[in-house]
Amino acid sequence: MHELALVQSVVEMVTEHAQGCRVRRVKLEIGKFTCVMPDAIRFCFDVVAAGTPLEGACLEIVEIEAWARCRVCGETFVQETLWTGCRCGTQDCERISGDELRIREYELGAAAAF
Amino acid sequence: MCETCGCSDGAAVKVVNLKTAKPRDPPSEHPLGDTHYHAYHIHDAANSHLYDHGHNHDDDHIHDHHRHSHASTVLIERDVLAKNASLAARNRAWFTGREILVLNLVSGPGAGKTTLLERTVRELRHKQTFFVIEGDQATSNDGLRIKAAGAPVVQINTGSGCHLDAAMVARGLAELKPSFGSVLMIENVGNLVCPALFDLGESAKVAILSVTEGDDKPVKYPHMFQAASLLLINKMDLLPYVEFDLDRCQSYARQVNPSIDMMTLSATTGEGLETWFDWISAASRRERGVTFPQPAEAAP
Repeated sequence: MHELALVQSVVEMVTEHAQGCRVRRVKLEIGKFTCVMPDAIRFCFDVVAAGTPLEGACLEIVEIEAWARCRVCGETFVQETLWTGCRCGTQDCERISGDELRIREYELGAAAAF
Repeated sequence: MCETCGCSDGAAVKVVNLKTAKPRDPPSEHPLGDTHYHAYHIHDAANSHLYDHGHNHDDDHIHDHHRHSHASTVLIERDVLAKNASLAARNRAWFTGREILVLNLVSGPGAGKTTLLERTVRELRHKQTFFVIEGDQATSNDGLRIKAAGAPVVQINTGSGCHLDAAMVARGLAELKPSFGSVLMIENVGNLVCPALFDLGESAKVAILSVTEGDDKPVKYPHMFQAASLLLINKMDLLPYVEFDLDRCQSYARQVNPSIDMMTLSATTGEGLETWFDWISAASRRERGVTFPQPAEAAP
């Protein structure tokens, strides 16, 4: 399951960037067409973060809509499926968003106690 | 585009000086001096998800490209796959510099990748120099078959990993040392989902689908078929015995990827193999006809 490897990357990247400071929240942006399951990411996060400065941190996932720009008529539109074409009839489109797998931000501080 | 400084996401393709290229060692800094590039160590393929952080960062690294929206929130906008993309770009530059055609063979388990590769190596090795990287979770079974067929091969075992990544391929290259103008075949782990996410630096992905798998595979696994340049429909000798609508499968493939090329063949009987061999030869000639990468168009 590659979500595990991706979450390990997230925890390592944030730990490194925060230079070991405690992190209480991480916000990820995941595009609609990115081949990851947010539920699998959440499942892995608590396990992977244990014993690291991210232990107990809240994981926020923002899903990014898939937008494309038509190379023929220039219109931008939302893609419902990977192969949704432009209203003008062409499928020759450039994806603008929807493939993201990005750490947007993180918040320093001790995790909230339950 | 990064909101913080305006740079573009993703790793840049670089021109590699072949006299000084050292593919075993990750570069300590990006050749263009890009402060957004971070050196990572190539990880051990047997422990495919462990990373070595033996290197130090500059003290001001944390302040390079983030801003605080309030006192404790740090905006970093970091692509999780940046490391793989960066290594893939480096692999790609290395291949282009050596004029090597690199094909990433992807499919579900059992579609016939290894049998097709065995036959391709055996029958085409008098015309092409082949090198092979085999990817599986465990065993060297496929690697040994390719070795018997007559090509130098490295077997990568991913352990629990479900796909090859750029770092594993870089490690394989250090062992394999493919020669100038050769053809490198990378047989990925049998999986129609995850390999689509991990760029290896290949020239093209070639998807293999067998008639025993169902004609709607292209729409069920659209990411992979959208990423592939060529679709090989294999095991055509079994077509009379299965419920597989060839026209419908090809139509689904075109729906997901209008520019995909398609071929039908049988690695067992030899049907259609000459067309596949001609495709490889033409693609390799194109690689060898390009000495330097073409500059990308300037961003508006």
